[in-house]
Amino acid sequence: MSEVIDELVVREYEFGFHSDIETERLRKGLDEDVVRAISARNDEPEWLLEWRLGALAHLRTMEEPRWSNVEFPPIDYQDMHYWAAPRPKGPAPASLDEVDPEIRATFDKLGIPLAEQERLSGVAVDAILDSVSVATTFKARLAEAGVVFCSFSEAVREHPDLVRRYLGSVVPPRDNFFAALNSAVFSDGSFCFVPAGVVCPMELSTYFRINAENTGQFERTLIIAEEGAKVSYLEGCTAPMRDENQLHAAVVELVALDDASIKYSTVQNWYPGDAEGRGGIYNFVTKRGRAGARAHISWTQVETGSAITWKYPSVILQGDDSVGEFYSVAVTTNRQQADTGTKMIHIGRNTSSTIISKGISAGRAQNTYRGLVKVLRSAEGARNHTQCDSLLIGSECGAHTFPYIEVKNDGAQVEHEASTSRVDEDQLFYCRQRGLSEEDATSMIVNGFCREVFDELPLEYAVEVQALMRLSLEGAVG
Amino acid sequence: MLSIHDLTATAGETRILDGVDLDVPAGEVHVVMGPNGAGKSTLANVIAGRDGYEVTGTATLDGVDLLGLTPEERAVRGLFLAFQYPVEIPGVGNAAFLRTALNAHRAARGEPEVAAVDFLGLAREHMARLDIDPAFLSRAVNEGFSGGEKKRNEILQMSLLEPRLAVLDETDSGLDLDALRIVAAGIERLRTPERAMVVITHYPRLLDLVRPDRVHVLAAGRIVTSGGPELVATIEAEGFAPLVGSAVG
Repeated sequence: MSEVIDELVVREYEFGFHSDIETERLRKGLDEDVVRAISARNDEPEWLLEWRLGALAHLRTMEEPRWSNVEFPPIDYQDMHYWAAPRPKGPAPASLDEVDPEIRATFDKLGIPLAEQERLSGVAVDAILDSVSVATTFKARLAEAGVVFCSFSEAVREHPDLVRRYLGSVVPPRDNFFAALNSAVFSDGSFCFVPAGVVCPMELSTYFRINAENTGQFERTLIIAEEGAKVSYLEGCTAPMRDENQLHAAVVELVALDDASIKYSTVQNWYPGDAEGRGGIYNFVTKRGRAGARAHISWTQVETGSAITWKYPSVILQGDDSVGEFYSVAVTTNRQQADTGTKMIHIGRNTSSTIISKGISAGRAQNTYRGLVKVLRSAEGARNHTQCDSLLIGSECGAHTFPYIEVKNDGAQVEHEASTSRVDEDQLFYCRQRGLSEEDATSMIVNGFCREVFDELPLEYAVEVQALMRLSLEGAVG
Repeated sequence: MLSIHDLTATAGETRILDGVDLDVPAGEVHVVMGPNGAGKSTLANVIAGRDGYEVTGTATLDGVDLLGLTPEERAVRGLFLAFQYPVEIPGVGNAAFLRTALNAHRAARGEPEVAAVDFLGLAREHMARLDIDPAFLSRAVNEGFSGGEKKRNEILQMSLLEPRLAVLDETDSGLDLDALRIVAAGIERLRTPERAMVVITHYPRLLDLVRPDRVHVLAAGRIVTSGGPELVATIEAEGFAPLVGSAVG
């Protein structure tokens, strides 16, 4: 085991390249002028500018929260760029063929050949580099089904009424410090609208990549599934290796109207920093969904990257008989820190929620599950099942569990199970006796530990995720 | 094929093996018997490379020094240990586990990987021959298996991995007669002129079903008596005490 732990410390980040794309960005600092400039870049209507300025004004009354179980030096919000974009080498691309070859190469290195994806996999991809959406594949086929899938900025231009109706309806600008920050300066993101009764004909997917240095990434994702609509959406994230920390403060809002179903999967592999904890992404994200009657919202996340992960994808179970799910694998190695979990807010009658959280800690990492199950007085017949399992690799890491349960209705059923274990020497020896290397053995055991969560991922990504786990715990989890 | 000379193993302050000598030629099945605490399982563990012992002496397989190799290196050179207590590995499918193990062996021999589909066919063949329920493949490794099922799973793995040397550590313990028959039949089926087996057991009853070439009695960390199959009858009649007493005294 000790060799394995030593190897963990020399783990390298495979996606740490930096692309030589010319970038254009706004000066450092956060003020009204910067917000106006971002809004102007995106040709936004007046109401959206006012919305942003309102968020900024509110932000100034707020303090950055510090209640999480993570440690980081003070962030100087005036010392970063709030908007960066690949400098256009001509007019905006009309098709994929016209996208800057350097950008295309970046995505190819990430294993996301846009054109290939378009042709072969049937997965529609929106790729976001720094702050700007680079290309959205498969738009035509989706349009036939009535599905809108485009960059957020395009949605503001093409579907302003939808954006205006739903933006901030689940995560209001004043919700929390990072949500307010995002609301003021968000640059781009993904937008998806599935009209009533439509089952989205393919998996939707967004890849986020931070490329420029000293740049924060603040994307905004809004997904609306009207009555009876159904959609499955996956986001993937990577960033180059840099010595300084970079802030990623995204907001994701899901609106599932009555009988709708939204499945949102995240494979987060932002740069985690080096073995000593230098550099890496601060991933401070607000994700929340609102479920109407009989609606179904499912969050699945595989979090392997980032220096700090601080997020709680949540579901407001507003409609009767609505269902919320949260399936999470959070892997922390070296000096990574994660404080993640979910909030399930039961409002409607007979609402049910399931929480399965698997935390894996190695090196000197700290991994925290924090979850809230709140059952309001109105939520007659509400049910929740929570299972939190922690796996420790080595003796210098930590696992913590903070479950909060608030029940105001006597008829509610709330179950919580938790376990903490180590990768078992007997299991390792058994596997090695069958010829598996220590790395392969650990990988297999950890993958088995995460099985319930991986089973929730769209099939197309299951293999990818196992490979990612392998990479993330290289040394300990082969 | 397996050659052990003056092997000692110490855990903490306790010397468990105290100069074991054992030679098992290809094609032979040797039985190691002995009272509780004699060091039988330690012998199996030390041969397979388990951590936690200080080891001196030599142990070679086909002339290759085993003691300098990692457990997985020993495994892919043809050493198989059927465990007394096979562990459960939750969430890991038995089929995937067996295929990964088989492919690790094939890779070491420079052979290509077996594809999932081909593997299923191969595994089903072995299972049919060993009278093992095909549902084994779709379950997690040993998870929720009964004692007998776990032992049968060991025999299945042995069958698939086709080791040069198989060490079976009390594979017969805790089995009902049916399971014992399946295990014994598996051992007999895998007996070939190229393969050697060391069957460690506490009970003579397995030896009604498996006919050994040699029988060794291990006591207080040493082989105290060796003989032909007839030694089993002596042990059954008189127990270990006279054998052990004569050696120790």
